[in-house]
Amino acid sequence: MNDVTNILVVGIGGQGVMTATEILAEAAIALGHDAKKTEVAGMAQRGGVVSSHLRFGKKVLSPQIMAGTADLLVGFEAAEAMRWCHYLKPGGLVLMNTARLVPPVVDLGLYDYPDDPLAAIKSRGYQVHAFDAMAIALELGDVRLGNTVMLGAMADHLPFPAEVLLESILKRFSARKPHMVEINRQAFEAGRAADAQASHGEAATH
Amino acid sequence: MAAVMPAPSHSRLLLSGNEAVARAVWESGCKVAAAYPGTPSTEMLEVLSTYPDLYTEWSVNEKVSLEVAIGAAFAGSRSFCCMKHVGMNVASDALMTLTLTGVVGGLVIAIADDVGLSSSQNEQDSRYWGRFAHIPVFEPSDSQEAYAMTKAAYDFSEKFQVPVILRMTTRINHVKALVTVGERAAHASAGFKKEPARWVMTPAGAGKRIPMMFERDKTLRAEAEISPLNLIDNGKDKRVGFVASGPAWMHVRESFPDAPVLKLGFSCPVPLEKIRAFAATVEKLVVVEEVEPLVENELKAAGIVCLGKEILPRQGELAPNVLKPAIAKLLGEPVPELPTAPAQVFPRPPTMCVACPHLGVYYTLAQIKNLTISGDIGCYTLGAGHPWNALDTTISMGASMGIALGLDKGRGESDQDKRILAVIGDSTFLHMGMQGLLDIVYNGGNVTVLLLDNRAVGMTGGQSNPGTGRDIHGQEAPRVDFAKLVESLGVKKERIHVVDPYVLPKLFKTIRDEIKIPEVSVIITDQPCVLVDDYKKQKPYTVIDEKCTGCGNCVDVGCPAIHVTRREKVVKPSGKEVELQFVRIETSACTGCNLCVQPCAPEAIVHADLTQPMRLVRH
Repeated sequence: MNDVTNILVVGIGGQGVMTATEILAEAAIALGHDAKKTEVAGMAQRGGVVSSHLRFGKKVLSPQIMAGTADLLVGFEAAEAMRWCHYLKPGGLVLMNTARLVPPVVDLGLYDYPDDPLAAIKSRGYQVHAFDAMAIALELGDVRLGNTVMLGAMADHLPFPAEVLLESILKRFSARKPHMVEINRQAFEAGRAADAQASHGEAATH
Repeated sequence: MAAVMPAPSHSRLLLSGNEAVARAVWESGCKVAAAYPGTPSTEMLEVLSTYPDLYTEWSVNEKVSLEVAIGAAFAGSRSFCCMKHVGMNVASDALMTLTLTGVVGGLVIAIADDVGLSSSQNEQDSRYWGRFAHIPVFEPSDSQEAYAMTKAAYDFSEKFQVPVILRMTTRINHVKALVTVGERAAHASAGFKKEPARWVMTPAGAGKRIPMMFERDKTLRAEAEISPLNLIDNGKDKRVGFVASGPAWMHVRESFPDAPVLKLGFSCPVPLEKIRAFAATVEKLVVVEEVEPLVENELKAAGIVCLGKEILPRQGELAPNVLKPAIAKLLGEPVPELPTAPAQVFPRPPTMCVACPHLGVYYTLAQIKNLTISGDIGCYTLGAGHPWNALDTTISMGASMGIALGLDKGRGESDQDKRILAVIGDSTFLHMGMQGLLDIVYNGGNVTVLLLDNRAVGMTGGQSNPGTGRDIHGQEAPRVDFAKLVESLGVKKERIHVVDPYVLPKLFKTIRDEIKIPEVSVIITDQPCVLVDDYKKQKPYTVIDEKCTGCGNCVDVGCPAIHVTRREKVVKPSGKEVELQFVRIETSACTGCNLCVQPCAPEAIVHADLTQPMRLVRH
């Protein structure tokens, strides 16, 4: 099963994690791959944890990624990236939105938000490309562009050309919201640039 | 909702198990499909309702949905019914006699077991119903199989005049995978033929049908023995052979690519002889089934030596991370160590939405002392969580009524002063709650009922019900008047109140007054779920930092848009140490419900000035 690529996308309900993974799956399928996508999303609409598993390759059996075997971890939220980092293969890459979404249990003082999720992930020997996807989305005018920013950041870490992924995103928007096509193209490119920049920062620290 | 219609035949589509079943039901020429929403089964009917040329409905509960499907099958039409696992507990009264009549038109019942409890009050194995009701069970393991087995189930159902259970799990219902779809074939209805000996199940009539059922068992077992749904994959590593079904079969193939595997697609009745022959070809036989050891026990009873729940868990999914270590241990091999999660990350339990009308209700209930609160199934079950901690029991759909009456009648000495309150949503009330309320009225219970009418089946995604005034297609439908309904059940008119859950003083006074009166009262809240179209957003709020005194009253509302920015410990003149919580409101998420404004004494919460650019979200 070595020809199967495992991508784990994590965040919280309402961030567009499941949609982003579906777009990624559609891109893989467009290239002729078999693909399965599965979520652990208990009552996700209510702000709970969402982890979306995507596996694609010649033939995919189990839809679930085993801990320690993900080729890429995409964290839509800082603490969520930390929560799931052990799913990565040793030394694997995390693309991480540094924005923090604090749940009510933390506001109520029942739990603490981790001081430095980025450092916690790095201390386990993983590579991290960290950037503030929410700030990028808000700069473009809409927080909901966050998932396209994250998809842009993934574009140069996939076993297929970035253009295929972009095509898959734009296809979806041209069918449902044609007026959103151009701004999503910009969000994609901004995410791609943010990842490249974070990649240089990562290289500099090594 | 995915619009899979009208994808042309032979298209290769990325479909969830639910979408795949819907497509197959439609292609099979099904004429009537009915269900009550329930995770993870909901999308089967939701998607079916987008297809042409068949009748679909949201039924008031699973029992009625199955009865509707049975009626259509009696009329000779193909019909479909789906539900989550606990739904069959409700529908089983009909199922257990349906097995005696059988069907004319094909009837497929898809039951979604929430293995792993992503959104349920228990974990059940619906394959039991096949044994209990003497009907066949098919178990797909992914979307393509769910599609193919649904179509096969219709042919089988009609050929043997028996309903077929399609046993699914969350890991099929909600997994998206590639499916090659086909064409719809129209199916002519045979029409209803009067035949009282078959359709009227009196004791005498039913007694004559029972031997038929036992005869059918033999036929079904013979069919299972030769069914192409039960496949053997001859692996070369004969040390362990597996019998596996459902998603667990995928996990076995993934984990042990060289092992011999017998896949059970038609798993009830169990094809004993096929398995006996397979067992003879391997050194050890392991049964991998989610959840209960049903196949395993039947094999052992038949003298087939095997292992199962001795080495595998009886709860949750049997994914590779569970299977690999268990089998390594069995073979005396080094057990692979899986990397573990960083321990220090907080839990992120589901929360109520920003501006949810239930927030005001639970904020109020948390202020009232001496209450025992009997809860029910829906978003409002979250009232058991922080910060409200204002829900004391949850059992099953509609149970808040009967449990409340039992808490009242069964009071111990220490509970004599307790007020008993029941909380139930509109859809759950119509599903199974109103019978319980009738029981409370009839038997003179002292219970205050809070009926939270948010005009939606909220937790499953805002589906319609007889209280919403819309049908499954969003078209206008007759709407239940809850005040009139409860009055007709016998609740006194002066004990029925309709209140706005966003107006806290009135809500508080109404609840406090009614719990003091020793008879049944019903308080109906009347504001819609924030996720449905009826909800209208208002101007958002913000906090004036200089005015916030850190009292934390707004935090007690429990709205996820309110965040604590700073904590400060102070000693009050009384000598008591208190922690102040200074807050901000996430204005981009706030929809101006006004709930947090009401308990804010220093008037620090004001409408946001939207002419200023919105500040970034930072903690």
